[in-house]
Amino acid sequence: MEYEVVIGLEIHAQLKTNTKIFCGCSTAFGAEPNSQTCPVCTGMPGVLPVLNKTAVAYAARAGVATNCTINRVNRFARKNYFYPDLPLGYQITQFALPIAEHGHLDIELPDGGTKRIGITRIHMENDAGKLNHDPMRPISLVNLNRAGVPLIEIVSEPDMRSAAEAGVLVRKMHQLVRHIGVCDGNMEEGSLRCDANVSLRPKGQEEFGTRTEMKNLNSFRNIERAIRYEISRQTDILDNGGEVIQETRLWNADKEISTSMRSKEDAHDYRYFPDPDLLPVVIDDAWYDEIVKSLPELPDAMKARYVETLGLPVGDAEVLTSTLELATYFDACLAALGTPTPKQAKLAANWVMGSVLALLHTEGMSLATVPVSADMLAGLLTLVEKDVISGTMAKTVFEEMAATGKEAKIIVEEKGLAQVSDTSEIEGIVDTILANNPSEVEAFRGGKKKLMGFFVGQVMKATKGKGNPKVVNQLLGEKLK
Amino acid sequence: MSLHTMTLTEAHGLLRDKKISSRELTEAVLARIDEVDPKVGAYITVDQTGALAAADAADARLAKGEASTLTGLPVGLKDLLCTQGLKTTCASKMLEHFVPPYDATVVTQLREAGAVFPGKLNMDEFAMGSTTEHSALQTTQNPWDLSRVPGGSSGGSAAAVAADLCLAALGSDTGGSIRQPASHCGIVGMKPTYGRVSRYGLVAFASSLDQIGPMTKSVEDSALLMETISGYDPRDSTSVPKEVPDYRRLMKDEEGKGLAGMTVGLPVEYWQADGVDPEVMAAVTQAKATLESLGARCVSVSLPHTEYAVAAYYVIAPSEASSNLARYDGVRYGMSQRGGDGLLSLYKNTRSEGFGDEVKRRIIIGTYALSSGYYDAYYKKASQVRTLIVEDFKTAFQSCDFIISPVAPSPAGKKGESADDPLKMYLSDLFTLSANLAGIPGMSVPCGLTRQGLPVGLQLLGRHFDEATLLKAAWHFERTAGFQGQRPPL
Ligand SMILES: [Zn+2]
Repeated sequence: MEYEVVIGLEIHAQLKTNTKIFCGCSTAFGAEPNSQTCPVCTGMPGVLPVLNKTAVAYAARAGVATNCTINRVNRFARKNYFYPDLPLGYQITQFALPIAEHGHLDIELPDGGTKRIGITRIHMENDAGKLNHDPMRPISLVNLNRAGVPLIEIVSEPDMRSAAEAGVLVRKMHQLVRHIGVCDGNMEEGSLRCDANVSLRPKGQEEFGTRTEMKNLNSFRNIERAIRYEISRQTDILDNGGEVIQETRLWNADKEISTSMRSKEDAHDYRYFPDPDLLPVVIDDAWYDEIVKSLPELPDAMKARYVETLGLPVGDAEVLTSTLELATYFDACLAALGTPTPKQAKLAANWVMGSVLALLHTEGMSLATVPVSADMLAGLLTLVEKDVISGTMAKTVFEEMAATGKEAKIIVEEKGLAQVSDTSEIEGIVDTILANNPSEVEAFRGGKKKLMGFFVGQVMKATKGKGNPKVVNQLLGEKLK
Repeated sequence: MSLHTMTLTEAHGLLRDKKISSRELTEAVLARIDEVDPKVGAYITVDQTGALAAADAADARLAKGEASTLTGLPVGLKDLLCTQGLKTTCASKMLEHFVPPYDATVVTQLREAGAVFPGKLNMDEFAMGSTTEHSALQTTQNPWDLSRVPGGSSGGSAAAVAADLCLAALGSDTGGSIRQPASHCGIVGMKPTYGRVSRYGLVAFASSLDQIGPMTKSVEDSALLMETISGYDPRDSTSVPKEVPDYRRLMKDEEGKGLAGMTVGLPVEYWQADGVDPEVMAAVTQAKATLESLGARCVSVSLPHTEYAVAAYYVIAPSEASSNLARYDGVRYGMSQRGGDGLLSLYKNTRSEGFGDEVKRRIIIGTYALSSGYYDAYYKKASQVRTLIVEDFKTAFQSCDFIISPVAPSPAGKKGESADDPLKMYLSDLFTLSANLAGIPGMSVPCGLTRQGLPVGLQLLGRHFDEATLLKAAWHFERTAGFQGQRPPL
């Protein structure tokens, strides 16, 4: 039978606050086990949580960026369950009144179209600690450095119909949370991870099939692979007349299989109730406005601006908006150029996506420390635009800029790299070249037009690459008639 | 006058005037503990070394003229207030050897004021109970009759103050746990408005109901302690950023006017309740007459949802407790029974052996009330009742300035009397627990002795953050009724 796949995602993003959500401990990754803990995050008797306001602002930012309604009054609830990595015996999360609800995000499909994915809700919660199972002894060690790190859980509607769509949403969300500065997106460190709810239904059927929840998906690759695995597993079951069991499954990235973690019968009763230790979170107008103002232009809006206003190809716009830093660099370069024409914009885009990105890759630099600032790049492009140097020469100048941090104009002056556009000066050289190569001139005039390249090369050689190619070509054309 | 029998205010006067030193006072209290506490059983932990060191530091401070009103005064602490470096057991096997790495905010406040801590006082395990018989560590006797209970859960605090084993103490009140033992032991106890005193470092029983408060030999001492422990604490989000009044000054303001112009509310649901001991009723009726003699006018008021208060309380408090006590899992601190074969047996064995029956009973009730499918019928319904009770008091306080009633239906009971009947124990909280549900302040002041010589307390309930009115009324009452200074025959 042909099935339709139904996928919903729960994306957990660690908010990049300096301190934990309910205490003052550092959130830095990789410290000595249990060195970043205090009575509050180790769940000592008598401690009370105090909400980190930056975490609230970040969560609200994510809500605004995904077109959610922000609940101006939202509240924390306790999710009760026992586990050694959970010091209080409950997670402080949001249940009935999350910070954000009813949003959406448009994703780009492989066929070029877009699809709107509903965002059910975003809620804040604290992370649990980490258990390290001792391979030599039958014990586990608890590290509570992570316990209390602020997370948001972004819950999507079951709107995706393929693993690829789910992959696109996660990538888009990954880009978005980094772009708005609320999450570093470091998936190896667990800053962004994902659970996927997958079900199948016969094509055309309205009612959803039984779903399973896949946990522990911590890379883009794993997300798509795990979903594909689950689709084929469920397809096999249904094709053989079986029934899918509602359960939670754990993805094993090494073996590329998933295994059952717990069935619906074993599901926890979390006994949610409002946390009496925390007051409802109230986001008043002033704070809300501040949060909205703190948001940069969002990737989709930037992309639209690049395509519609600047006339850049969609592909370029995607590359340029892949990180906020790159887009900001590109925008700064455009601003330094004044009011760039589409041609100038395309030239700038090519340079940013080409030489600048290459420099970052080869030198392992960040845009914050790159020696060629956006203004400096604009300076270089202006020289090309004004025919002071050729595009080829510009590459050489760029390398020099990267090495020395000097302005393009200075380098061109110091090294005398300005191209020669003076017709009389070039004319003399052209005459000499033609006089010295009579047989080639003969052959050219006889129809071997390919020899044009030879003449241009000779002239450029004689001008040490500084001859304005346009002038050279024009003069040669005239003289060889 | 023996040093240990003094009030905070009296002892402060002598310290200030250099008539005595804090070391002398502290040694007198420690000697009294040595002598009398074997009979009373108020202290779980006596910290002689810490107390004397604090006394010496206080003396140095007094000598430099940098003392506060509390400097050098021995104040006992209920053993659920975390003290850095000093065992905090909650009278539970679970925390029998637990030494907190931090101080509760109230402990910090008292330390900064220069108070001396003789030790930690017995209580019902995790504050669950009203006789102190649910302590897993020891029994506390009522100083007025050693065959009787001191009340609870702050029974150790009440007994210690009544028996002069400290000059004053801090207790905590979740449904009457300060006021009822204060009443049973013939001392003054105040449960402040919810949010008035920081709960940081108070080992939680029911977070939305718990409040720390003073238990003292005089109303003035309660006012003094309130001035020190009240106020906003950034570590407790539920504490309220509201200015702390000068309670002692307000209390004595226009002293000559007595209580003229004040209206006292008598809720019919409390004054006509079934099962109130006639001697208790006689004592509070006499107290009412005393208040009238001071110029107060008494009116009848109604708290129509009183009959649902006990039920609502015994859903909300256990629900919160079931979650608050989940952290005692044997993983990080406290009792840990690791003999079994894995995680589940660690949990089961630790919690089976670490908690007493009353604690287990409430965890089970609370777990049930919060479980999916029952939440709406129990927790949610109870929260709605709570809102109605808040409204009841709001309405009542439109026609009166404060409310009076008995604290408990009967004087202190015999030991073992309520052990087999938790329901009877729960019902005895009827007059006190509404104040916790509503978040309003309440006080207990001694108002008489029964023929058998057992103390009876008068309860005063006030508007949110209006502790000042309660203290004023109680102070006038205390001066007129003349029960202050009555001592148990130890
Ligand atoms: Zn911490």
